[in-house]
Amino acid sequence: MMASTGTIRATPGRVQVQLPAPWRLAAARSGVELKSFFRDKMAVAFIFTLPAILLVLFGSIFGSQAAARGVTVGQLYAAGMIAGGIMATSFQYLGIGIATERETGTLKRLAGTPLPEAAYFAGKVVQVMVCTVAETAVLLAVGTLFFHLHLPASPGRWWTFAWVFVLGTAACAVMGIAASSLPRSAASAAPVITLPFTVLQFISGVYVPFSSIPSWMQDVASVFPLAWMARGMRSVFLPSQAAALEPADSWQHGLTALVLVAWIAAGLMLCVKTFRWQKRG
Amino acid sequence: MNKASGAPRLDTVGSETSEPAVTVRDLHKRYGGVAAVNGLDLDIGRGEIFALLGPNGAGKTTTVEILEGFRHRDRGTVAVLGHDPGEPSRAWRARIGIVLQLASAGPELTVMEMVRHFAGLYPRSRDPQEAIELVGLTAKARSRIGGLSGGQARRLDVALGIVGRPELLFLDEPTTGFDPEARRQFWDLIRSLRTDGTTIVLTTHYLDEAEALADRIAVIAAGRIVATGDPGSLGGRSSAATRVSWATKAEAKAKTEAKTEAKAQARAAAETQGEARPPAPRTSVETTTPTRLIAELSSQFGGEIPGLMVTRPTLEDTYLELIAQVTP
Repeated sequence: MMASTGTIRATPGRVQVQLPAPWRLAAARSGVELKSFFRDKMAVAFIFTLPAILLVLFGSIFGSQAAARGVTVGQLYAAGMIAGGIMATSFQYLGIGIATERETGTLKRLAGTPLPEAAYFAGKVVQVMVCTVAETAVLLAVGTLFFHLHLPASPGRWWTFAWVFVLGTAACAVMGIAASSLPRSAASAAPVITLPFTVLQFISGVYVPFSSIPSWMQDVASVFPLAWMARGMRSVFLPSQAAALEPADSWQHGLTALVLVAWIAAGLMLCVKTFRWQKRG
Repeated sequence: MNKASGAPRLDTVGSETSEPAVTVRDLHKRYGGVAAVNGLDLDIGRGEIFALLGPNGAGKTTTVEILEGFRHRDRGTVAVLGHDPGEPSRAWRARIGIVLQLASAGPELTVMEMVRHFAGLYPRSRDPQEAIELVGLTAKARSRIGGLSGGQARRLDVALGIVGRPELLFLDEPTTGFDPEARRQFWDLIRSLRTDGTTIVLTTHYLDEAEALADRIAVIAAGRIVATGDPGSLGGRSSAATRVSWATKAEAKAKTEAKTEAKAQARAAAETQGEARPPAPRTSVETTTPTRLIAELSSQFGGEIPGLMVTRPTLEDTYLELIAQVTP
């Protein structure tokens, strides 16, 4: 936390006051965001344990069914749950959080201070990055300990992991910020944001293997980032020959990057157009 | 969000402290087809405690939100501390403080953490400890905000509003949910802020609060200021008739009434009250010469006047009358 600092320079006729530097305010906001998150025991438990519990459940229930081409169900679900986990911390938690802050007046209060808007969003970015990294680490640990998940050995696969992780987090975060404008009350924030998230997880290869989903559902899912993030994660953790299980017989890395970047761009524009510091009315 | 186009700016000539705190000329704001603010003029001087009163829907909130830089105006000229609040800059925001109605702070942080965080947003803020002390929350400084009572949360709101040492402080219904003692303490705090030179713009529904605190009051109705003045003389209050009432014995009533009515000045409107309450029938007269009336009554009763009450119109009476004239 930073103390009140700032120098006062007196010049003839007018008092010049130096505002705190934006980077310091971004750091202060990050501290406040992280503290608020990690002290909220319910949120922490929900965000970090739910995907891990789901991974254990799905992995155990479907574990006996030998998947094709040397793919274990544990690998399949670990890859899917990591993608779903990224969306949970970035889209779901961020969207609900901002919607609640808007409806309870927290955003308006901040807008009435000299806090630069960029510093507020910087704090959110840091909070989302920290939570998403932690979430992914938990899922990787559960996967490797219980479901024969092997961490990628080649640098190429780590590179894929890195860019899918970063682009996926960014795409989901801007979607979350945009979606935060949908709920009309603090109480409706969680259901309004969670419903589309849950549906997407079912049709995007998180809860159910993508290859066993009807093709029209695959087409719908392919409009949104999550299906591409899940495929990207499968390309990291599954053996190469498993690409044959994908609808296009390939991991489609180029198209994945393109879709995610397009979502980031569209989401940013949507945020700029729709973001409000006050609730409606 | 349309900006006030081409409006001349009452702007930044001179030193900061010689500018008026707030200058508003011909302010207009419509929502859909409905005019919320309709040609409003307002002047608030430096170091004043200024209360803005008005019924819900009169345009009070819209006006204050325009002054706070939260809302854009359709038309008119507005200067707050010499700057157009339609283009709020960080430097300008650093000079004003806003205590919002029903805003929440992060429930997981402690009072001290939150006040310190807000102190860090301003260039020349108060010591967080001092701000907490000023609002009487020292005992709760290390408590989580989520566990505060309604009144304590309100005090935190005020601490967050003053920690930046604002030149101009907006207070929106600041004492809602306060017990009487906390209210008195809060009033003392506001007065001490004025002593330090802070200008305070207060919106409240509590007329006793406006009367106790405000140097000047403006009553807003139907999107305009209908009266401005100090609490004692607002809306002709100082020259208005005084109500004198006393207990009358049933048999003496008719006689007394006839006599006093003849002698009281023409403006007096006599009425009897309490005919349905036989134990204490009262006579009540409005007069501009209350002293003379009481002297007459005194000689009539031979000394003490039973149940004598002399009341001037309260701020509430004056306020309600002003509002009634505009919104029939």
